Amino acid sequence: MARIRLEQLRHTYRAKPAGDDDWALKRLDLAWEQGTASALLGPSGCGKTTLLNLISGLLRPTEGVVRFGERDVTALPPDARNIAQVFQFPVVYDTMTVYDNLAFPLRNRRVAPAEVDRRVREVAELLDLGPTLRHRAAGLTADGKQKISLGRGLVRSDVAAILFDEPLTVVDPHLKWRLRSKLKELHQKLGTTMIYVTHDQTEALTFADQVVVMDQGTVVQAGTPVELFERPRHTFVGHFIGSPGMNVLPATVEGTTVRFLGHPIELRPAPARPPPAGARLELGVRPEFVRLAADGIPVRIVRVSETGRHRIVEARHEDTPIKLLVGEGDPVPAEQAFLRFDPAHTQLYVDGWSAT
Amino acid sequence: MREPGALPELQPGPPEAGQAGGRPAPSAIRSEAPPRRAPADGRTPNARAWWLVAPVVALVAFNAIVPLMTVVNYSVQETFGDNVFFFEGMKWFREVLGSSRFHQALQRQLLFTGIILLIEVPLGVAIALAMPRRGFWASVCLVLMAMPLLIPWNVVGAMWNLLALPDIGLLGRTLNGMGFDYNYTRQPLAAWATMVGMDVWHWTSLVVLLAYAGLSAIPEAYYQAARIDGASSWAVFRHIQLPKMKRVLLIAVLLRFMDSFMIYTEPVVLTGGGPGNATTLLSIDLVKIALGQFDLGPGAAMSLVYFLIILLLSWIYYTVMTRDGGQ
Repeated sequence: MARIRLEQLRHTYRAKPAGDDDWALKRLDLAWEQGTASALLGPSGCGKTTLLNLISGLLRPTEGVVRFGERDVTALPPDARNIAQVFQFPVVYDTMTVYDNLAFPLRNRRVAPAEVDRRVREVAELLDLGPTLRHRAAGLTADGKQKISLGRGLVRSDVAAILFDEPLTVVDPHLKWRLRSKLKELHQKLGTTMIYVTHDQTEALTFADQVVVMDQGTVVQAGTPVELFERPRHTFVGHFIGSPGMNVLPATVEGTTVRFLGHPIELRPAPARPPPAGARLELGVRPEFVRLAADGIPVRIVRVSETGRHRIVEARHEDTPIKLLVGEGDPVPAEQAFLRFDPAHTQLYVDGWSAT
Repeated sequence: MREPGALPELQPGPPEAGQAGGRPAPSAIRSEAPPRRAPADGRTPNARAWWLVAPVVALVAFNAIVPLMTVVNYSVQETFGDNVFFFEGMKWFREVLGSSRFHQALQRQLLFTGIILLIEVPLGVAIALAMPRRGFWASVCLVLMAMPLLIPWNVVGAMWNLLALPDIGLLGRTLNGMGFDYNYTRQPLAAWATMVGMDVWHWTSLVVLLAYAGLSAIPEAYYQAARIDGASSWAVFRHIQLPKMKRVLLIAVLLRFMDSFMIYTEPVVLTGGGPGNATTLLSIDLVKIALGQFDLGPGAAMSLVYFLIILLLSWIYYTVMTRDGGQ
């Protein structure tokens, strides 16, 4: 299997979808290259789990084609696809030992006992489950159970992609980093394609080379973590990624000059063409790219909060709040100040979408 | 109210320590009171709390202990009327435990309970598995299933009595019309089959509803994982559904065991314990002795033996079944 490709895919849970809102997943084309570590990021109900279940075959798409390499797998049931899936709540077969849990998928496929034993021991070694092989699976901690779920996918020699559906939700915070680094390590060792669904930006950005941001059933942006951070294609991405999120400010455009409440703002590159009349115009600039200056936009400093590495400064221009980051130790004026935006990292958004 | 000896700040020690801190030394003033060790969390035990339990104790005494003790009282005495009693010791217990009449009733009782458990539990689980999980038909099924449970016992008995009558009942006539020689008022086997059928009709629903509740509590992810693991539907039943239903089935079997062991109204209305004594179960026999013959002593002794058998079997069953439940 080379790559996973979704073509003109669309899905609804309703028998007779009427409006656009009835589609849990609106029409999309996406592809994952072999061996990528990728994340699907978005708020609850954005369709990311639906997308995952379409890839694994738990759901059949209402429209469109799912391809593994060149093979059309749209109609194949999950056990006929060479994928593994780890769920939000750990699934283990309570009555079985860890060993039998790991052997279960192979025994269901009538693999010879000697081969089963070899594969199970190999995977147990990989996941550090060796010492617990003879224990009852029900007695393990949440991260141990998630490892078993993962292991049941890995034992199959043909498995080409592993799908994770918020796998760390019920894992204790102090064990989260351990399991997460285990996943990273496995990815480097095995080179298996991994697709990881989460609503937590930290999990997504630390795990994945490629992040797909979703909202309301559509893909808003797909790119590397750096791209998502520096060039958000949509104000939603700007908000959702980054802490604090991007400043989204009202804007006006006259000719090629962009203004924020009367103040001209320099953009590099400048907008390619003038926006259509009547469109909603906004400026997006991350707090990281706003700095204090001798002149520029006059603001009032409202609050300064410490985060450790830097300080988050909340300022107001008239009634519009603007956030900026100031390095630890750099002076912050008590009341009045002037702000400047970094032209290379300030973008114009037309109806929410980037126009630069 | 706190006892002075248990005040947390009480630190028996050299008085100077207390004075050095600018406070009076409590240990010096109240040295007569033996310092009682307070629990680590600073709370003090207070025996007066037992009074709060008193109402419950009184209630249980009046509705359980006192009636039970009257039965115990009867079971060790003999009376010939006029409210005159003679102490007989363990005589009635020896008589009951040694009588073949009691042995036979107990055997019938065990047979009946065994048969209905063997039918109702698998059948109940099978029906629960076949029921739709959600939607309109799930509600319809649940209502239909709950229906038999709402019908009073003697009505069930009367219904089946009429239904199975060989000459006019729907079931009896049909069976005879099909060539079976069926008459539950005269044939012990037919009487047993009708009695078992009636109980299965009345009580399988209970097992169904409990099993259904157990099945509904299984998260969807288990089924999804099983599909990805390529599990057959038998494997799903064996490794997911059955283990997850274990607890409710435990309760279902316990309830059905106790209820069927105590069953009285339905068979009495259906067969009256006949033909002969063929369907005389323990409770029916007990009523015959205690109220029919008015043998208070043997009746009381049998009641106690009956009660102890149910208690013992329930306890053994529950202990054995939950022994490895914690793991």
